[in-house]
Amino acid sequence: MLTISLTHYVVLSALLFSIGLFGVLTKRNAVAVLICIELMLNAVNINLVAFSKYITPLDFTGQIFSIFVITVAAAEVGVGLAIIIAIYRNRLTVDLDNFDWLKW
Amino acid sequence: MLVEFAMMHAWLVPLLPALAFLVIVFLTRPFEKLSAIIAVGSMAIACVIASFAAYGIFTNHEYTKTPLVYAAKWLSLGMPGVTDSLMVHVGVQLDPVSAMMMFMVSFISTFIFLYSVGYMKGDPGYSVFFAYLSLFGASMLLLVISSNLLQMFVAWELVGLCSYLLIGFYTHKISAREAAKKAFVTCRVADFGLLLGLLALQITFGTLNLVELGEKIHNFQEYTSIGMLTLIAVLVFIGPIGKSGQFPLHVWLPDAMEGPTPVSALIHAATMVVAGVYLVGRTMFLFHEVESAMQLVAVTGAFTALFAATIALTQREIKRILAYSTVSQLGYMMLALGVGSLTAGMFHMWTHAFFKALMFLAAGSVLTALHHKADVWEMGGLIKKMPITGWTFVIGGLAIAGIPPFAGFWSKDEILVATLAEGHYVLFAMAAFTAFLTAFYMWRMIFLVFFGDEKPENHPQESPWTMTVPLIVLAVGAIGAGWFGTPWYNVWAEWIYFGEPHHGPINYGAMLLSIVLAGSGIYLAYTMYLKDAQKKRARKLAEWFGPVYRMLYNKYYIDELYLWFNHALVDGTARLFYLFDLYVVDGLVNGIGTFTKSSGDGLRVFQTGRLQNYALIFFLGVLAVAVLVTFTGPSAASLVLGGVK
Amino acid sequence: METSIYAVVAFYGLAATILGAATMVVFMRNIVHSVLFLAITFIAMAGLFLSLDADFIAAVQVLVYAGAVCIMIVLGIMVIQRTDMNETNLFNKQIMAGAGLTALTVAFGAIFAGRTAWVELVAADAVPANTVDAIGALLLSKYVIPFEVAALLLLVALVGAIVLARDEEVQANADN
Repeated sequence: MLTISLTHYVVLSALLFSIGLFGVLTKRNAVAVLICIELMLNAVNINLVAFSKYITPLDFTGQIFSIFVITVAAAEVGVGLAIIIAIYRNRLTVDLDNFDWLKW
Repeated sequence: MLVEFAMMHAWLVPLLPALAFLVIVFLTRPFEKLSAIIAVGSMAIACVIASFAAYGIFTNHEYTKTPLVYAAKWLSLGMPGVTDSLMVHVGVQLDPVSAMMMFMVSFISTFIFLYSVGYMKGDPGYSVFFAYLSLFGASMLLLVISSNLLQMFVAWELVGLCSYLLIGFYTHKISAREAAKKAFVTCRVADFGLLLGLLALQITFGTLNLVELGEKIHNFQEYTSIGMLTLIAVLVFIGPIGKSGQFPLHVWLPDAMEGPTPVSALIHAATMVVAGVYLVGRTMFLFHEVESAMQLVAVTGAFTALFAATIALTQREIKRILAYSTVSQLGYMMLALGVGSLTAGMFHMWTHAFFKALMFLAAGSVLTALHHKADVWEMGGLIKKMPITGWTFVIGGLAIAGIPPFAGFWSKDEILVATLAEGHYVLFAMAAFTAFLTAFYMWRMIFLVFFGDEKPENHPQESPWTMTVPLIVLAVGAIGAGWFGTPWYNVWAEWIYFGEPHHGPINYGAMLLSIVLAGSGIYLAYTMYLKDAQKKRARKLAEWFGPVYRMLYNKYYIDELYLWFNHALVDGTARLFYLFDLYVVDGLVNGIGTFTKSSGDGLRVFQTGRLQNYALIFFLGVLAVAVLVTFTGPSAASLVLGGVK
Repeated sequence: METSIYAVVAFYGLAATILGAATMVVFMRNIVHSVLFLAITFIAMAGLFLSLDADFIAAVQVLVYAGAVCIMIVLGIMVIQRTDMNETNLFNKQIMAGAGLTALTVAFGAIFAGRTAWVELVAADAVPANTVDAIGALLLSKYVIPFEVAALLLLVALVGAIVLARDEEVQANADN
């Protein structure tokens, strides 16, 4: 109980990922979906850093990987928001339920 | 030298008119005179070559036993070296029969082409007409010299096509178009039988070359049973039934008279319609082996001869009477072949070509003079204004009626004698009665058209030389063509025969009977139609035999029967099939469509277009893969999912 | 491996904060509040990284996520949303299906975790005290190509975002 092991971090990561997944699947607002994707990416980061500490503490592979994840996530937020703004300008909404043009 | 060349290059005979056809179609169509000269000239040269080749054949008795054959491989299907592989040759087979036929066709064609120069004057399709005629000449000559039944079949279909094109030459006339269609469709029915027969021959004997086939069929027991051979013979005979206008497929031939008269003379009297007789003659080795098929040929021929002659008694249109007479004479030829006398059949074909072509051309001359008024009852006394046409027609009439020494007498006598010699007394009686009827209806027409009182509304004029010269030449043929085969000096039988040449004793009884029948037929016609100017007897006779007269006038209602048959059976089954098509075929097609559509409608539920739906299902898939990999191990999972091991 | 009581308390506290704030992110009906809780999640995560001996990642987390990303999202919301921010962050119709799938994920995650031999994986070594030096050296030596590609990616994302978000009508009006 008093030992914080790799399992604790992995469980935390899994829970956070699930919360993010739930949000991605169920939120109407496109920005909210974007936010929840960030949550999922962060869950991955927890995993990476925890593995880095517990399994390969001297290689820093996980940490460097998570740096790249953060980089890509930042880029993703930027482009994603730009897309949402572009769509909003055309449709005057960010409600994903209205974005069903894929079926046409 | 020339003879040698002509014999070895007999393929030039059909090739020249074929080239003329191509030249006229592609180059000289706008120049009418030139087109006519090319057509007549090429046919004349072909006729010269054919004459030399025929001379070569008829001076060497070797060719009656072993025909002169030279062929090229046309196509070869199957493996090399395998005996069953299909090999088709095209080639030339010259023997007395084909040489005679080649000469006859090219000779008559030349004069009918010449006649057409005058007859078709002023027609908008002048060049096209000569192109068609040349194509016909080429096809017919190809048919005649074929060494191979498949090649013959190709030519057979080509002459059918030309016949169709030329019957329907006056495309503005609905009746001509209908007649062309009728001819084409009727012949197609028959050709299907012929095609089946040829296929059966090829399958059974592995060849269609006439010489090989003759040898193989002679020993047919090695290949097949008599039943199969009978079937083949009957199937092959169906083709000639259609092409040569035998009952019950004769219906197209009288209607074919809608075409221009030279066409009627050339195609539907002298050459194409005898192609059927010629085919039976060529495949005599097949029919000779099958007694029942021979009887079928003989009975069909005799019945057709009598049947058509009775119809001809009552017809009113000049060309129609001649058409039924052609059907009747073709029946004679079939009868001769059916009783096993190739000599008599070919002889009658030879003489008939001259006198029937002559009569058609003379009829064409009459029609031109009377502006295409065709009813014989509206003509009369034309011989005073058109002496050449009239007297040549009379010569033709004497020839067909069978008055010695005209050509028809000798050939008809030959047939009657052959029938009697084979012991077919019923067929003999039918043929003899037909001879009487022939003399009667022919002379009925001649008396009505050329003798008696002139009709004031007609202003006939003699035709130009291009039309009368062929008449005179053919009239010479109609007189003299039969002198090759008189009972006292029968050079014909020494050259053209099947099996062994036979010289029966001279049958004076049959000869006398034939003369008496012909004479009485002519006399009866004379009393009824010339002496009795008011034609009271003829009218009275028609009234007495009212129903019979009407039945004959309506050609035994055969056309109506076919129409009804067509209506009831073809339309009926068509309706049935229409329903089948409507409900089963369309139902199947629509069912597939409906299935696709409804399954699409069903699957559409999943195609929401909403991102998060897709994400949901996508992640479900991810989860499924994860479960699969976890619980079955990576290698088993890769079996299911694919990918690199 | 024994852990100090502070570390245990810190882990549970941070974990509770992260999960609680993340849950609030998802369930808040006002998008601005969601972003606020997102920032809390990110900062708590930075704390978690510190407890994992990843001080550089923690700094980056605070700078990039809590700083840049949150500010960017707020700016995006400002551009997009109406003035009344209530009811701006609702659930859609597939909430039950989403919840089911999430529950399934958690359940299978637990099953997978139960099947994994965590203890065998753990290495004996401890993380060096100074991580920044090592990361910096690695980024410019072993990982230099991914590093440069990441730089390129950011450039492309920058240009792409500008092109996408640029309002051509506004641009045209500005030209006039």
